[in-house]
Amino acid sequence: MSGDHQTKHATTWVGRSIRRVEDRALVHGEGCFTADLPADLHVRFVRSPVASGRLKHVTIPDTARGLVAADLTRIGRIKPMLHRPDYVAVEQPILADGVIRFVGEPIAAIIASSPAEAEDHVEATFYDIDETDPVVDVLAALAPGAPRVHDWTKHNILVEGRVDTPGFDAMFASAARIVEVDITSRRQHALPLEPRGAHADFDRRTGRITLTCSTQSPHVMRTAIAELLQLPEADLRVIAPDVGGGFGQKMMLPPEYVLIVHVARMTKRSVAWIEDRRENLIASFHARDMRVKLKAAFSADAKLIAIDADMASNVGAYSGFPITCGVEALMGMAELPGPYDVQQYRCVSRGVATNTCPMAPYRGVSRPVITFTMERMMDTAAAKFGIDPIDIRRRNLIDKFPYKSATGLTFDDATYREVMEIAVRELPLSQLRERQSEMRKHGRYLGIGFSTFSERTGYGTPAFAARGMESTPGYENVEIAMDPSGNVTARIGAFPHGQGLKTTLSQIIADEVGVSPEKINIIAGDTDQTPYGWGSFASRSLVISGGACLVGARKLKAKLVRIAAHLMKVAPEDVTLEPGFAKARSTNQSIPIPELARTAYHKAHLLYGVADAGLVEQGFYDPPGTFSNACHVAVVEVDIETGGVKVERFMVVEDAGRLINPMIVDGQIHGGVAQGIANALLEEIIYDERGNILTATLADFLPPTMSEVPRFELHHIETYSDATITEAKGIGEGGAIGAPAAVVNAISDALSPFGVAFYELPVTPQRIRAALRKAGKANS
Amino acid sequence: MTDRHDIDLHINGDIYRVSVEARKTLADAIRDDCGLTGTHIGCEHGVCGACTVLLNDQPVRSCLMFAVQAKDKPIRTVEGLAKGDTPHALQQAFMDNHGLQCGFCTPGFLMLAAGALEAKPDMSEEEMVHVLSSNLCRCTGYHNILKSVKAAAAEMAKAR
Ligand code: FES
Ligand code: FES
Repeated sequence: MSGDHQTKHATTWVGRSIRRVEDRALVHGEGCFTADLPADLHVRFVRSPVASGRLKHVTIPDTARGLVAADLTRIGRIKPMLHRPDYVAVEQPILADGVIRFVGEPIAAIIASSPAEAEDHVEATFYDIDETDPVVDVLAALAPGAPRVHDWTKHNILVEGRVDTPGFDAMFASAARIVEVDITSRRQHALPLEPRGAHADFDRRTGRITLTCSTQSPHVMRTAIAELLQLPEADLRVIAPDVGGGFGQKMMLPPEYVLIVHVARMTKRSVAWIEDRRENLIASFHARDMRVKLKAAFSADAKLIAIDADMASNVGAYSGFPITCGVEALMGMAELPGPYDVQQYRCVSRGVATNTCPMAPYRGVSRPVITFTMERMMDTAAAKFGIDPIDIRRRNLIDKFPYKSATGLTFDDATYREVMEIAVRELPLSQLRERQSEMRKHGRYLGIGFSTFSERTGYGTPAFAARGMESTPGYENVEIAMDPSGNVTARIGAFPHGQGLKTTLSQIIADEVGVSPEKINIIAGDTDQTPYGWGSFASRSLVISGGACLVGARKLKAKLVRIAAHLMKVAPEDVTLEPGFAKARSTNQSIPIPELARTAYHKAHLLYGVADAGLVEQGFYDPPGTFSNACHVAVVEVDIETGGVKVERFMVVEDAGRLINPMIVDGQIHGGVAQGIANALLEEIIYDERGNILTATLADFLPPTMSEVPRFELHHIETYSDATITEAKGIGEGGAIGAPAAVVNAISDALSPFGVAFYELPVTPQRIRAALRKAGKANS
Repeated sequence: MTDRHDIDLHINGDIYRVSVEARKTLADAIRDDCGLTGTHIGCEHGVCGACTVLLNDQPVRSCLMFAVQAKDKPIRTVEGLAKGDTPHALQQAFMDNHGLQCGFCTPGFLMLAAGALEAKPDMSEEEMVHVLSSNLCRCTGYHNILKSVKAAAAEMAKAR
């Protein structure tokens, strides 16, 4: 698999599970999260209790200080753009301005000297809303005559993508068998354990404002907020301190953060808003409220020849900045065929507005849904053809690279079949099947579910431009410097929030510049101290920021080599950088790296005419993108009396290219799979037909505990990517992408004796019982 | 607005004299009035366990208690876990076994596990899973939290 690479890199920092540099402070309670900062003033929001209506007036108690939309006339509205003819650009006011569009929408901000006092005033604030009929469900919102969320639009479709490959109709018509699935993915919530929060401080001396906030993208926050408040960007500093998870939810601009900066500017004092869990559940961002109807055409030998999909994503009331309401629908459309070889594809994919909380990417974005769609379809097709689920995948998985997909994506070298074959061997599957039939004899229902998928990661600006985005994220910048003592500081535009990126980047740099990771300091999350970058999302940071670090470190290395060669009077080609020193091969002389650094700064006269003083370089990287891949296997037992599902085993065979720090890679998979299992079995944001949210506490939303999540079995293949300079592929989302399909395939396998199968997420005990009752096969 | 109460909170062996409203939670008092921000707040309704501290050596949800209820009782928070520069076995094990990612849940898990292991040093794995299911983590999938607590338990047993 990767033996020669491993020998080549046997002595490197890359590839080793070194401990994380992030951990010491965090385990001692010395981390610094946004809520830890003291503030003079505290803001709480008055939020709409109805989903749709006219806001007639708001009365803030005389004793309180507060803001309503009329106080914000000079502040812009959030209006992200997609340059596509089918995009309808709606705008979101910072506080509801006459129209209410979802339960939880902020209608007033109360400012007080403590959060408790602010809450008292929130309770005492009166408002008058003329309630109108909301539209909550995505299919209802598509129906002709549905109430429109934004009354000036023709309909609720805010974005509509289409694919239709030439030759589709003929190919589809030639099918020996059509397999149809109708998929429902119920609304998810990323649920970072730290809710959102913002703290803004006005500096009277400079007139600048520092916003400290829980975000994945500090530079993007600065640009967006400065623009909305008509501030020069230079007058706003954004700091992302320790951030307690984000999973996509915190890459989006919250209107609340804009308001907090405004209040700091207005009052010239420090001001904080710390979101509570209820606000986070009802009014932050939701995800993956999607429907997919898929018709898959197969030839007689179970080869997929064409797919026809109709996809809808419920985007809620507004379009979020910067990633827009098109993200789920357009990504779902571009990537639906997944790891399967099928060249004929027709799809219409819509983002649809409703009177619900707006949508944001959540780990995997729409890929958990499209993977679920394809994997449920494959199992359904296998049953129709009377062949094994493994067999149908063998016939259809891509195995020649590079592969050009029906939507024009280039799949780089990967191991779609191999990972599945490894899983079959490691389980071993044959033994599980025996156990399954043995258990069935005793009325116990074991199921085994596979899911094979690709995870598109580390893509640069062209991929975002292809979606038509006005501002195209993608690249990363790094400023890397060696100081006169020989220590290295890298300032990165990306920003990690739990992924251990400081550790992995230091491993990448260490190998280049001959300095061990503990002498490398990574600075992130402060717009005053770091070059412009996009933050962490889309499994991009290690690939893109890591690539930029490698580019910068290589330049730094080249300069060190040049200086060493000059000092040792040998040719640069003769010099190697070893851990701790530079060495001339021909003469065997060596110079310690700190001495080179000292010379570069303090004895620059020795380098006169050879090199500029100092050791500062820049790294930039904007890659085309690469595909990780994996096979997930869930082994579940379903209790047909209670509908309870126990996940007995969960195996992941993953290929994420070169692993920089295997321990951290495994951690990313564990966390993602746990969220995927939760998505499959437990978590669901539920609205009633009036748009009231019924899952506003953690006791209702049901995040899993250690008891619901099994211990994981992980295997790796390393196919070094030639699409990235680190040879690594992204890994942040795969766990969440593959797991829902594997779990529901397993449940459907378990209950196949009853003819019961599931095409929705999550599969709760109630749904299992209802399906069994309907099948008339279990006691009701 | 309610009356304030002047109370002593005994945290990690130090006495903090604070003046709090009756409605103030212990979590808020520890964080805002005593400045010990290692205790985190993830839900304020008793589900996530991020706010777990030890009160009379028992793990409690500090968001579900009023500060006045804790007056004069010994409280331990994550800041009191290490002995000087030497991390507690649990802290070391979480670092060694990648038992944390964002670290927001970590203080709560550390205090929960510390209280549980002090009460029953020889917990079985099943008992550990049961106890640790009191708290939520959104990043780790729990795999490495269990691994960390097992490693710490073994380390603590050696030290006895
Ligand atoms: S903050 Fe106390 S249990 Fe969540
Ligand atoms: S490490 Fe992030 S919530 Fe546990």
